[in-house]
Amino acid sequence: MKHNLILRVIAKLLIPIIVLYALYVQFHGDFGPGGGFQAGVIFSVAFIFYALVYGIETAERVMPESVLRILASLGVLIYAGTGVATMLLGGNFLDYNVLASNPIAGQHIGILVIELGVGITVSSVMLLIFFIFAGRARQ
Amino acid sequence: MIETHTSLLLVVIPLLAAPVTAILPNGRLPWLLTLAVSWLCFVLAIWQFMQVMDGSVISYELGGWEPPWGIEYRIDIVNAFVALIVAGMAAVTLPYALLSVEQEIPKDRISLFYATLLLCLDGLLGIAMTGDVFNLFVFLEISSLSSYTLISMGRQRKALTASYQYLIMGTIGATFLLIGIGLIYSETGSLNMVDLNNRLPAVFEHRTVHTAFAFIVVGVGLKLAMFPLHLWLPNAYTYAPSAVTVFLAATATKVAVYVMLRMVFNVFSTGFAYVTPTDDMFLLLGVFGVVFASISAIGQKDAKRLLAYSSVAQIGYILLGIGFASALGLTAAVVHIFNHALMKAALFMAVGALVYRIGSSHITQIRGLGRQMPWTFGALVIAGLSLIGVPGTAGFISKWYLVLAAIEQQAWVIAIVILAGSLLAVIYIWKLVEALFFQPAIDDTKSVREAPLSLLVPTWILVLANIYFGLNTELTVNAATIAVQVLENIPQ
Repeated sequence: MKHNLILRVIAKLLIPIIVLYALYVQFHGDFGPGGGFQAGVIFSVAFIFYALVYGIETAERVMPESVLRILASLGVLIYAGTGVATMLLGGNFLDYNVLASNPIAGQHIGILVIELGVGITVSSVMLLIFFIFAGRARQ
Repeated sequence: MIETHTSLLLVVIPLLAAPVTAILPNGRLPWLLTLAVSWLCFVLAIWQFMQVMDGSVISYELGGWEPPWGIEYRIDIVNAFVALIVAGMAAVTLPYALLSVEQEIPKDRISLFYATLLLCLDGLLGIAMTGDVFNLFVFLEISSLSSYTLISMGRQRKALTASYQYLIMGTIGATFLLIGIGLIYSETGSLNMVDLNNRLPAVFEHRTVHTAFAFIVVGVGLKLAMFPLHLWLPNAYTYAPSAVTVFLAATATKVAVYVMLRMVFNVFSTGFAYVTPTDDMFLLLGVFGVVFASISAIGQKDAKRLLAYSSVAQIGYILLGIGFASALGLTAAVVHIFNHALMKAALFMAVGALVYRIGSSHITQIRGLGRQMPWTFGALVIAGLSLIGVPGTAGFISKWYLVLAAIEQQAWVIAIVILAGSLLAVIYIWKLVEALFFQPAIDDTKSVREAPLSLLVPTWILVLANIYFGLNTELTVNAATIAVQVLENIPQ
C-alpha cells in the first residue's frame, strides 16, 4: 500500500466530496430526484473506497461492525417511529400533515425524517455486506 | 385510538420490534420480546376478527392518501380470518421456540433469529391486511426473504441448499406476481384491489389481462406449493429449524392460498375465473397433488419430510375446494386453511420434540421412542387422526365439506380421490406410529426422556384445538361461510 501514493492522495481528496454529494442527494430528496436509498448507497461508497485504499482493518476502526448493526436497526426505527409519531398526533400512519401546524411544513419534515431513516439503514447495511464479504478472506 | 388503528398496529408492532430485537444482547431477552409481540398481535387479531365477524368492512388509509391513490388496508372477514390464523400460530409457536431454538441455533445468532422471525410474522400479517396489490407484493417479499434466512439457519448444511432452492423458486414466483401486477396496472392504472375489481371487467377481453392473470396464478402457485410447483417445499420444511418449520407450515402456504383467493375472486372476479379454464386447472392440479404427494409421503424416510409431502397433498385439497367453483367448495377450502394450520403445526411440533431429544427425525432413528415419550407420541397420533379426517377432529370437518361439495357437483371421481387421499394419509401416519411404537428401540439401554413441558404444552394446546374445532364448528364454518360471501360478491 505504501507505494500507491497517488491513489491515497486522490482518495483523501475524493472521499469528502463523495460524502458531501451523498448528503446533498439525501437532503434534496424532497425537491429533486434522490432520497435515502441513493444517498445511503453513495455514502457507503465513500467508506468502501476508503477500505479499498487503506485496508479493511483501518476502515473497520472508523466504522466498527457493532455500530453498523445498531445503525441498521436505528434507521428502521426512525422510519416506523415517524409513523407512530403521526398516529400519536392524531393522524393516520405516516400522515405527515400533522407533524407541523402547517401541512406543507409537516410534509417536508416527514419526508426528510423517514428518508434519513432509509439513508442510515441502507448505508449501514451496504457496509455490513461489504465487510462480511471482504472479511471472509481473513478467515 | 387503538380501535381505528388495529389493522395497522398488527403490522407496525412486529416491524418496530424486529430492529429492537436485532440489537438486543443474545440470550432470552429477544425471545421474551418476540413472545410479547406475538401475544399482543394475537389479541389484536382476535379483536379485529370480532369487529368484522358480522360482515362489515374496516378501511384504513395510510399516509393520509385517499384510496384508490394511496395504500389502503381493507379488513373484511377474509383478511381478519387469515390474520387470526397467522397471529394465533405465532403465539403458540413462540413458547415452543425457546428451548428448541436454544438447542438448534448458535448462541451468537439468537437475537438475529428472532428479529428475522418477527419480520416474517410482519410480512405475513401485512399480506393479510393490505388492500393494495403492490403493497401485497412488498409484504410477500418481506415474508419470503425472512423465511429464506430462517430456513438457512437449520443445523445441517443441507439447510443452505434447501434455502437456496426456495430462494430461486420463491423469487421466480414473486417476479411472476410482480409482472402480473405490472400488466394489470398498465391496463387499468390502479393498484387498489377494490378499484381493480371495478375497472378490470371493462378490459377482460384484452390479451394483456389474460396474460396478467396467468402470471399471477403461476406466481402465487409457486408460493403456495401448488402441485407441480411444490419442489422447494419438502427440502425447506425438512432442513429448517423445528420452530421455523412449525411456523411456516402453519402460516406461509396458508397466506399464499389467501393471496390466490383474493386475486382470483376479488381482484379479478368470480366470473373471470370460471370463464377461463382456471377452475378446471385447480381441480386437475388438486387431484394430482393429493394423489402424488400422498404417495410420495408414504415413501419418505424422514418424519419431517413425510409431513412436508403431506402438506403438499393438503394444499391439493384446498385447491379442489377452490376449483369446485361453488360456495360449498370455497367454504371447504377456507375451513381447511384453518384446520390444516392446526393439525400440521401440531404434527411438526411433535416431530420437533423428537428432534429436540434425539437430534434427528429420520425414521430409523425414532424407532421405539413412542413408549419413552408417551405425551409426544399421543399428540402425534391425535393430530395424525385429524390429518386423516377421523370424525371428532378438525380434519373431518374440512373433508366433510369437501366431499359434500364434490357430491353437490356430482364429481364422483373427485369425491373418491378425496377419500383415497385420506386412506393414503392413514398409510403414512401409520408408518410413523409403527416406527414410534411397534418397532423396538435402536438402543434399549439408552433411555430417552419425555420432551420438556415448554414443548409439550404448545403441542397439546394445538392437539386439543384440533379436537375442539372438530366438535364445535361454529367459529370456523360460520367465519368461512361469511368469508365466502365476501369472496363471491363484488365488495361494495
